Amino acid sequence: MDWMAWTWPTAIFFAVIASLLITFTVLAIKFPETPRTGILRIETTRGDRLFITLLGSAFINLAWLGIVGAQQPYALIVCLIYAAAVFRWV
Amino acid sequence: MEKTVNQKAWFLVLPVLLLVAFSAVIPLMTVVNYSVQDTFGNNQFFWAGLGWFEKMLRSERMWDALGRQLMFSGIILAIEIPLGIFVALNMPKSGFWSSFCLVLMSLPLLIPWNVVGTIWQIFGRVDIGLLGYTLDALGINYNYTQDILAAWVTIIVMDVWHWTSLVALLAFAGLKSIPDAYYQAAKIDQASRWKVFRFIELPKMMGVLMIAILLRFMDSFMIYTEPFVVTGGGPGNATTLLSIDLVKMALGQFDLGPAAAFSIMYFLVILLISWVFYTVMTNLDKREG
Repeated sequence: MDWMAWTWPTAIFFAVIASLLITFTVLAIKFPETPRTGILRIETTRGDRLFITLLGSAFINLAWLGIVGAQQPYALIVCLIYAAAVFRWV
Repeated sequence: MEKTVNQKAWFLVLPVLLLVAFSAVIPLMTVVNYSVQDTFGNNQFFWAGLGWFEKMLRSERMWDALGRQLMFSGIILAIEIPLGIFVALNMPKSGFWSSFCLVLMSLPLLIPWNVVGTIWQIFGRVDIGLLGYTLDALGINYNYTQDILAAWVTIIVMDVWHWTSLVALLAFAGLKSIPDAYYQAAKIDQASRWKVFRFIELPKMMGVLMIAILLRFMDSFMIYTEPFVVTGGGPGNATTLLSIDLVKMALGQFDLGPAAAFSIMYFLVILLISWVFYTVMTNLDKREG
């Protein structure tokens, strides 16, 4: 695995994403759902909302880095609020 | 009662996932690992945190390349989509000439990228190329290695030559699927040619056109080989599009960290745009169906 140049932070990052994916896969199997239409006027399932959350979080982090440029962990708080909003309203 | 979605079929995708893991996921993870470290070769890495991302976000070079890239994609879409529709509308609808046109139009699509680049590189040369020589003989100052405008015109015309057929073929397929009854109804209503296009052909082609726009956008956003062969990103940096800049950074300068940060942002932009297109497309389908 040396050639992949692993570090602890990136390993944790991928572990979190992998566990999210597994959790949502299990959820989707155990509790099938009907897609719903939210404020974006598109049909979404839980998985779609997770994707929107993750993609949006990446951009929130980049924006924070580019505009604020310090105290990156606070960007994660914005991401959590964003995630809650996406799961509630999208 | 609405039907619940059964997601179990996704398990059938697992073998593909394994393949994609080796061709895309593992390399992408490696890129993420590179993006937070610095290296001087020898497979030795030093932690750099989010420094490269910050550097790239403030790098004029990247924003300039992104601007050029968006301009390139915008221009070729603005030409190829209407031109493709126009060609499709004027193609023979059936018989020998229809097949003949289809074969003729698919020819550019079969030519490998680097060959297309070489064709246009020679075609545009003032000393031996037909296009360059003719323009020069007409007294037009055309030199794509020195003149920015000439370089841009060359790569755009090249892309239009290479890919308009794809749009035309897709639009043609969309047109062929419209039942005759629609045209008969329009005739009874004495609809003008424009109205037939606006209210029958265009809405019916919407699905395939979205696919055409998506494909052309993605391809042009990632374009590397053709402009690289023709202009090499020059004159100066005038045609250095995103991927050309990225390769210069990663392989030319061996700046793996910044290049990795750059490619992750590049990837995120592509992911976002593809998702938007995909969502719009599937929702269009649902509304129609």
